[in-house]
Amino acid sequence: MAVRPSAITVPVAGGARVGAAAAVARFTRKKPLGAAGGALMLVMLLTAVFAELLQTHDPIATNAAYTLGPPNAEHWLGTDHLGRDIYSRIVHGARVSLIVGVASTLLGSVLGGIIGLLSGYAGGTTDLVTQRILDILQGLPLLVLALVMSAALGPAVHNVIIAISIPIIPRAARVIRSSVLSIREMQYVEAARALGVRHLRIAFRHILPNTIGPFIVLCTAQLGSAILVEATLSFLGLGVPEPYPSWGRMLSVSAAEYAQKAPHLVLFPGIAISLAVFGSNLLGDALRDTLDPRLRGS
Amino acid sequence: MKTYLAQRLVIALLTLLGMSAVIFALLRLAPGDIVDILFATAGYVSPAEKQALMKELGIDRPYWVQYLDWLRQIAVGDLGKSYRYDQPAWEIIRPLVPVTLELAALSILFAVLLGVPAGVVSAVRQDTTLDYALRVFSLAGLSMPAFWLGMVIILGLVTWFAWIPPLTYVSPAENLTLHAVQFLLPALAVGYRSSALIMRITRSSLLEVMREDYIRTAWAKGQTGRIVIWRHALKNAMLPVVTVIGIEFAFLIGGLVVTETVFNLPGVARFLVQAILWRDYPVVQNLVMFIAIVVILSNLLVDMLYGVLDPRVRYGG
Repeated sequence: MAVRPSAITVPVAGGARVGAAAAVARFTRKKPLGAAGGALMLVMLLTAVFAELLQTHDPIATNAAYTLGPPNAEHWLGTDHLGRDIYSRIVHGARVSLIVGVASTLLGSVLGGIIGLLSGYAGGTTDLVTQRILDILQGLPLLVLALVMSAALGPAVHNVIIAISIPIIPRAARVIRSSVLSIREMQYVEAARALGVRHLRIAFRHILPNTIGPFIVLCTAQLGSAILVEATLSFLGLGVPEPYPSWGRMLSVSAAEYAQKAPHLVLFPGIAISLAVFGSNLLGDALRDTLDPRLRGS
Repeated sequence: MKTYLAQRLVIALLTLLGMSAVIFALLRLAPGDIVDILFATAGYVSPAEKQALMKELGIDRPYWVQYLDWLRQIAVGDLGKSYRYDQPAWEIIRPLVPVTLELAALSILFAVLLGVPAGVVSAVRQDTTLDYALRVFSLAGLSMPAFWLGMVIILGLVTWFAWIPPLTYVSPAENLTLHAVQFLLPALAVGYRSSALIMRITRSSLLEVMREDYIRTAWAKGQTGRIVIWRHALKNAMLPVVTVIGIEFAFLIGGLVVTETVFNLPGVARFLVQAILWRDYPVVQNLVMFIAIVVILSNLLVDMLYGVLDPRVRYGG
């Protein structure tokens, strides 16, 4: 692309130090939608952590006597074609979704961030070559790349995480690089250089901490899409393998077959995916507005 | 302009070359090849027979020979033979291309028709309830998986209208209405997502332009709001929007992978998934390359469009 985001200005930390609770309260008042997104993510996190306590049934136990059952007092969200309790599967699906989503986002963002940091700091030919290599990765549609990757690596949770993280790398590298480009020119960096601080130390100790704002924004923005890609891969049978209850897998071919007889099979896992992604998108938007004023409202 | 274009084309070619290496390497990383899959279903088969088949398909050769052979084939426009169907890959892909292109074009059309006006309204009515509602609506579009939305649409139609979507592809010559319905629904499911992105970028870009001096001048001249917004502001605000449409086109193809599966449409994207599962290297390699070429060309086209939309943009200066 010829158009690159120009330097992103990093807000200068300052002002009165506020306690964490006060900061949350202030964020909630100023960004009610973002706070709602944060609440959704918190619910998801708690569900993932306490899945065993929240479940009403064993999520992988089948029950031939009650298959495709509609929601009732015993099975809150009904049962699937094998008689497994959908509510309990969704509760455990939150764990799979969150682990894969967070791990792949962090892996991709950290690797991409380091590449962006070094490439932006080094500049010159190194930067140019790195950018062209990233172009190659970014030119492929995210899902197509993840699809080929996960097929290549085979069905396993850690492979799905790698497959989803690879397409994030070039996007993360771009964001961090553009913020490094502006920080690099700041006077305190020049001062550090004049004092004879080694390059790697300047990059990691002096520049890196100032990219934390864009980095957080990047991670929240990518988390939603990572959850979505995981669901899509699992839906296609290339994601998290059985018996892990994954939201995407719950929607796969078998659900489509029984959709008419048992619409709850299709509705609930999809709502779970949408809420999780919606939450991280809301939170990501609000965080971006707060931490990165230049991009406000986009 | 000419030098700029030449530069861009050289870079595009190098990028494609890099992509071909990445795709080739990824597929060779994959455990098992088509011979394993075929023989796994057939039970015991003599190793000699297996060797013969591998030789016939040419996958017993060293990787670098296979890679160079593939590049040579692309250069002369030969897409090789599908392992699975024993037919030239192009013969199989060709009938699928129009289906995907039609779907992609319809989705983008939906996305623009929905996204641009929504973005304008949202920007003009900034921070009103309408603005909030539109923004939540668009964020919801970004959050729902397209394949799930498609399933829900079908489910709704079946439940409330007792309408069952055709299970096989209906060509426009056969039954135009059915064909239209068959394509409009998935296009809507995919286009909703893209429209959300287009709406967001239209809104923010318009808000930025509306703060410019020349817009104040237009207001001062006493022009009506409609003329100021649609003629003066939107024209300049469209630049980032065009970029997003170009980028979104690449994402769209990804989205189509699942949507074609859900709606049973025989397109390129659905076929890609099957080919990946079958380790049908010639088909997968060439399909992914085809997608990469489409993406690179659309990026190039977008950059060229800048010059048309904004005379201030000069190339290669």
